[in-house]
Amino acid sequence: MWQKISQMKNLVMAVLMLATTTSVQDSGLLDVLLLKFEKKYNCNVRVVAVGSGAAIRIAREGNADIIFVHDRKSEEKLIKDGFGIKRYEVMHNDFVIAGPENDPAGICRVKNAEKVFARISSTNSLFVSRGDDSGTHEKEKEIWSAIKVKPGGKWYLESGQGMIESLRIASEKNAYILTDRATYIAHRKELNLEILISGDKILYNPYSLIPISPKKYPDVNCDLAMKFVDYITKGEGRNIIQEYGIKKHGQQLFFLERKK
Amino acid sequence: MTQIFQNAIQLVFSFDKEVIEIALLSIRVSLTAAFVSSLVAIPVAMVIAMNDFPGKSAILLFINSFLSIPAVAIGLILYLMFTRQGLFGFLRLLYTPGAMIVAQAILVFPIITSLTIAAIDGIRKSLIDTAVTLGANSWQLTWTIFKEARYPMMASFIMGFSRIIGETGMTMMVGGNIKGSTRVMTTAIALQTMRGEFELGIALAIILLVVSLILNLFLQFLQGVGVRR
Repeated sequence: MWQKISQMKNLVMAVLMLATTTSVQDSGLLDVLLLKFEKKYNCNVRVVAVGSGAAIRIAREGNADIIFVHDRKSEEKLIKDGFGIKRYEVMHNDFVIAGPENDPAGICRVKNAEKVFARISSTNSLFVSRGDDSGTHEKEKEIWSAIKVKPGGKWYLESGQGMIESLRIASEKNAYILTDRATYIAHRKELNLEILISGDKILYNPYSLIPISPKKYPDVNCDLAMKFVDYITKGEGRNIIQEYGIKKHGQQLFFLERKK
Repeated sequence: MTQIFQNAIQLVFSFDKEVIEIALLSIRVSLTAAFVSSLVAIPVAMVIAMNDFPGKSAILLFINSFLSIPAVAIGLILYLMFTRQGLFGFLRLLYTPGAMIVAQAILVFPIITSLTIAAIDGIRKSLIDTAVTLGANSWQLTWTIFKEARYPMMASFIMGFSRIIGETGMTMMVGGNIKGSTRVMTTAIALQTMRGEFELGIALAIILLVVSLILNLFLQFLQGVGVRR
């Protein structure tokens, strides 16, 4: 009977479980990428869009075939622990610090992200944190720890939600926020927020794909996961990434990594 | 797995500050919402139940159909009203406990109203007739009915309360799940679990269960009192 069931499994459409950071989904890129991929390989990609931290955890528990994330430290740990096969650097964009147009804390004169954070905390200006161990939250924590500030108190709002929701809260509360550029650009029309700081080296934001190792979880769809990697890093995915956003938002949202 | 449950139970009984804070906020918000809603719903229900007027059945139909309105629809409408560009944007209510109270009060209004109407309908007709024959004026009659129906009314309050304290989606939409400000039990369970904080989620679920258990015990007691009299 089991044999029959596994035979049937081959007849139905192959399924790829993809756990991804919200920014790839919220910016709209993923939908475009998947549309062509699903058609080409006649498969079904199931997307779980969560913060990078949660995506990596889902992978550790064997509930994903491949992950699309942006949190280098945890990524490297995932591979070291044997869960991930390899990190494929796909693309990058950057984090920006957005805030109300009138800039109550006067941060836009400062160019350095650490100094901006120091200024926000010393003036007790409202700041919205994802607070969800996502890649964006990890970057935020990295900056706080670089200036040895432990954020907390009435001015520090932890949303525990995704990027769009957190941006909305910042917009409503006239607060500052660290966001990836793509999600911000894709939703800027609905937000009363301006980009105040960008271009600092610490704000670099690389995204990578990591297929999950069949050695840890034999039933992962490694074959399809590798096809997805090829499609994104070598195939048509490259063009889609490069062109994405230009038509709709007037600018490119993600930039390809140079081939090594 | 058992380790997670052990930690969670420990978290409940060690009166962890975060857990207590979240639980108290949940209870405060939902209690206020149910109370505010009752202040309007009970008089409205009494007026509807005690009088016969044209269009009464239409109003009853309206209230009963609002019983099944999806909470997230209320959340969406309130979000659009409370957002800065919205009609009530100037109130700056979005992502505050106030917004959650308004949303929950609206959600619970038809529940309390229809249950109170049912409670008053359930009062023996003979009691009303007796009061009228004894020469009760309309205020005295209202008071008599209110007194007579107070236990089922309390029961409807509790049922309404337990409905809204368990509400998640709508509360998240207008509250925003901000730590220490609008993070309540249900939104914390829904979102913190995604971070792998299963212990916190289970601890809060235990508290939520205990709260609803106590409420239902009380509800049963009230119904018992109602029957015995």
